[in-house]
Amino acid sequence: MTAVLSDPSAARAHARSMAGTRVESMPVLPPIADDLPEGVAGADLLWEETIAPGGYATRRLARGTRLRLIDLKGDACAGLQLFNAEMPTERLNVADTVKVQWNGYLGAGKLLLSDMGRVLMSIVEDGAGTHDAFCGTSNAATNAAKYGEGANYSPCPNGRERFLLGAAKHGLGRRDVHPCINLFKGATIAEDGSIVPDVGPFDGGRSVLLRAEMDVIVVIANVPHVLDPRPAYSVTPLRVTAWRGEVTPETDPIRNATPEGQRAFLNVEDYFRR
Amino acid sequence: MSADPHIAGLTGPIVHDEIVPARAPWLHHIAAGQTLRIVDLEGNQAVDFLLYATADDAERYSAQDTVAAQGNLFLREGTVLRSNEGRAMMTITASAVDYHDTIGGACSCESNTLRYGHHTKSEHACVENFLEANLLEGRGKRDIVSNINFFMNVPVEADGSLGIVDGISAPGLTVDLRAEMDVTVVVSNCPQINNPCNGFNPTPVRMIVTA
Repeated sequence: MTAVLSDPSAARAHARSMAGTRVESMPVLPPIADDLPEGVAGADLLWEETIAPGGYATRRLARGTRLRLIDLKGDACAGLQLFNAEMPTERLNVADTVKVQWNGYLGAGKLLLSDMGRVLMSIVEDGAGTHDAFCGTSNAATNAAKYGEGANYSPCPNGRERFLLGAAKHGLGRRDVHPCINLFKGATIAEDGSIVPDVGPFDGGRSVLLRAEMDVIVVIANVPHVLDPRPAYSVTPLRVTAWRGEVTPETDPIRNATPEGQRAFLNVEDYFRR
Repeated sequence: MSADPHIAGLTGPIVHDEIVPARAPWLHHIAAGQTLRIVDLEGNQAVDFLLYATADDAERYSAQDTVAAQGNLFLREGTVLRSNEGRAMMTITASAVDYHDTIGGACSCESNTLRYGHHTKSEHACVENFLEANLLEGRGKRDIVSNINFFMNVPVEADGSLGIVDGISAPGLTVDLRAEMDVTVVVSNCPQINNPCNGFNPTPVRMIVTA
């Protein structure tokens, strides 16, 4: 093999022979999906990718874009970083998200708020019901303690370092990776403040539909929940699909559901008044 | 001369002692092994609190890493305040109130417009204090993350409902923090006047550092 591939044209032929290989976790270019919702044209499909267990993906999404996440096999955990794409110093603020909405549990109709009093994304549909805005993600130390290793080059990468790589691809760094939310894995709070994780595994095929309310950068890390009690690194593929959609109109029920949310949308609309 | 009640129980020489005025920012460097005592002088005063590793300030306090590591949302005596890289930054060695908050974040001019209305946009806010103090050392908006609110009470109900409710502090109550590494402390003595976190009346706090 080495002798054959020492010839550049043979090495090229070898590399080119891989074309067309299909694996479970990969992007599909151009995007194809046969399960778009009623009324969504295939031509509006923007992104179709399956994120590997332990993997990550990142993309810039325009205002109005719908982002659908599917927990294909019931054990995905979508850790999420969100930035204003044109000014990434503005980013998801988990504290404001729970405080402004007077509730700590994420679900349909909830807004993901920035630190500038604006809505970055809203949760349009929630077929899972188990999410977490409190626990954050794993880091090198927690993974080393639980799995014996946790580096990006290991079989069990940690969430923080996945976020760092994703953010770095937009020129962002250690100061930009911020408190995250986790979709598909839940955490509830007992009366004494104890955190009760709910990591499943669940039935496969649960989905969440998000809507970009601003131009955003999303970084998604598909790693085990930081409080997953299982000793083995347990996570399954996460499917991501995005399509073009209309900017949220002033009559939208999510926009108008609460006075706090309505003012957050007013702030978004004010930001885009240019 | 009567004994100073606010230093009771502290061991080691006092190396710094300062009153932070109501509504003001505060920045201070604390060496590993030193203890910071925060005194809620008049009661019901939220002290918004951030920490940076002095040697490398891209490492900073992480509310999420702190609560995940202890499996509990409330910061109590014994809580280890952890960084975004999972390391111990400070430990709460004593607390005269049952628990402190780290999910409620800091008030900002912008979030005030959501919570109370655009008429509050011009009011002073904790994020303004955090920015002002951090700018002194070259940090900026990217460096502001979820903070601690000492003496603030944010219970979470069974359905996830939460809110800043009446304080559980009283005049003269204290919290003690031992530095586990060299840390830079950035505080906003909360100026909020639209919720109960400061009893609708921001007041001074005292910062005492012992070696």
